Amino acid sequence: MFKIISANSIRKGFSALVVVTLTTLLSFTAHAADPIKIGAVAPKTGPLAGGAAVTQWPNIELWVKEVNARGGLKLKDGQRMLELIEYDDKTNPGEHIKAVQRLATQDKVDFIVAPYGTGFNIAAAPIYAKYGYPQIAVSAISDKMDELTARYPSLFFTLGTTTAFVNGVKDILAGMRDSGKIGNKIAMVNVADAFGIELAEAARPIFKDAGFDIVYDKSYPLGTPDLSPVVKGAKAAAPDAFVAWSYPPDTFGLTEQAIIEDLQVGAYYTAVATCFPAFGQKFGSKIDGVFGAGGVNPDTEEMQAYFKRHKEMTGKDADYWASANTYVSLQILEQAIEGVGDVDREAVTQYIKDNSFDTIMGEIKFDNQISHKFWTVGQWQDGVFRGVASSNMDGVAEIKEKSGWN
Amino acid sequence: MDILISGLLLGGTYVLIALGLNLQYGVARIMNLANGEMLVLGALASFWMFVSSAVSPLLTLILVIPLAFIGNWLIYRLLLIPLVRRARHQGQLEVDSILATFGMSFVLVGIMVALHGEYFTYSFLARPITILQSTVALNRLVAFGFAVLIGALLVLWLNYSRAGMAVRAVAVDPASARLVGINVEKISALAFAVGGSVAAVAGVLISTFITLDASVGVIFTMKALIIIIMGGVGDVRGAIVAALILGLVETLVATLIDPGLTLASAYLIFLLVLLFKPQGLFGRAQT
Repeated sequence: MFKIISANSIRKGFSALVVVTLTTLLSFTAHAADPIKIGAVAPKTGPLAGGAAVTQWPNIELWVKEVNARGGLKLKDGQRMLELIEYDDKTNPGEHIKAVQRLATQDKVDFIVAPYGTGFNIAAAPIYAKYGYPQIAVSAISDKMDELTARYPSLFFTLGTTTAFVNGVKDILAGMRDSGKIGNKIAMVNVADAFGIELAEAARPIFKDAGFDIVYDKSYPLGTPDLSPVVKGAKAAAPDAFVAWSYPPDTFGLTEQAIIEDLQVGAYYTAVATCFPAFGQKFGSKIDGVFGAGGVNPDTEEMQAYFKRHKEMTGKDADYWASANTYVSLQILEQAIEGVGDVDREAVTQYIKDNSFDTIMGEIKFDNQISHKFWTVGQWQDGVFRGVASSNMDGVAEIKEKSGWN
Repeated sequence: MDILISGLLLGGTYVLIALGLNLQYGVARIMNLANGEMLVLGALASFWMFVSSAVSPLLTLILVIPLAFIGNWLIYRLLLIPLVRRARHQGQLEVDSILATFGMSFVLVGIMVALHGEYFTYSFLARPITILQSTVALNRLVAFGFAVLIGALLVLWLNYSRAGMAVRAVAVDPASARLVGINVEKISALAFAVGGSVAAVAGVLISTFITLDASVGVIFTMKALIIIIMGGVGDVRGAIVAALILGLVETLVATLIDPGLTLASAYLIFLLVLLFKPQGLFGRAQT
């Protein structure tokens, strides 16, 4: 009896010893090329999860896979692979901040991908700044950028300002009016959420100063199950153009109602998610000529290669707007880390400020931590959502006239 | 006329959303916080069948009804029966079931995110149709038709069948129902499973005209809760009337006053009902 037990425990002790030795050996050999730890916090659940699943997560996946496929990032002390640590912020700023804290103190990640959503980028900026992580914000549109970048020296913006977005729409509409394609009556609606309210407030004076008459101006709550009263109301005001500062579920809902009500306008614009491939798949040829936020120039070699890789590596289509910008932000981070040759966050932040970057959207550089190269308005033209208005982008497409909903 | 028709159609949508939870909460006494997720699961099935193999959502229904029935019956028999048995009184079961189904809702959201984290959006019967000079979407009309059908079937079943009578008896008083020889656990499982199927059917139909995503379920649970509390817990007629009132009022406010006030108006009626008839429109006063 005793013998058996002791024989057993000896065997156990021996195997434990082997395990310990092996682990020591393994950790020792791994030490030479520790991976660079990259953290990512964005919604996988909650109201913004659907958008993040299109724009944010696939690009992080794509970038990490690509870098690792070529053996990692080239630093001074050799190549190092990337290790990705993901957290779901549940579309809750409190959760986001907790996750960043965990990444910084527990996981001790070297860099963190900037949050998804305007509110999140602004709410979490102090915590990124506190730990000195460069925050290259993409999905964030605000007029308070100068103020924010002055306060947080490691915060960068890449997607444009609220005013730039509204001006993009205004310029398109004014151009169409001046060439006699539409009159000057605009029906404007917005989702009653920080994003929609800020854009609608910026748009009112801009449209008025441009000589437009806003004949219908209403908001609706996020998640409204029936948007037909909104579209019926807009139609009754007999507008020449329809502009909606909308979020994904209502971008789909408003457009479906506009088709059903046969809302005849010379220009029809919905904001976020108009650029999603799912939008084109849902409505097919009916939405030819529809305007939306964002855009790309799909004809450049770099963009075509990017779309192809995105589809191959993630199994999903990239959207026709911020997908590319998100990927660009990771290219910038990558080039800055390799440029410094080290994971020193302060040096990387300084490198981003001082240098220009060669990306799939051309050369990008920051002026007071803000990039002024972005698309503002796109249009569905024969199954592709092309950029038709931009700030400093090449390859702006001609506007196509919209002919009904067929 | 526009308001009346749009309002009725929206009310029909709300009927679909509320009936499932009404059976689960009113009869089986399970405050099922995962009810909205069951609805979204139906929507996901419909979206997935439509996009991957171009199957009409109406055909998907035939598949979804038995699956949801069996799934919910199993959930009740395996996960919820232990809670029912150990509960000493109604309040304890309510707290326990809220906690258990709250957890279940996270599991379901997680599964759906893994299956399809993006929006479930597709076009089905998105054609205009004119009724009494008012333009409506055909998919909404179809959903309304199903709401009427399901509502009528449930009312008939509950009022004119033996099983339905047993269900009503359990809804009124589980303890006394047992005394007259009703197998309360069996009836509760049946009500829970029927409720889950109704929620899944609602999801299939709603997904044809509302864009959903994996984590939107809680919004439907909340809406359903408001409606069944307004209508009177466990009363199918009450839920139908409350849902139609809510749809009409929201459309009226959106058309005549401001679409921004629809939510406020919904909560205002809810408050008024709670103030003046706290047991719900059709609810019986507690004895």
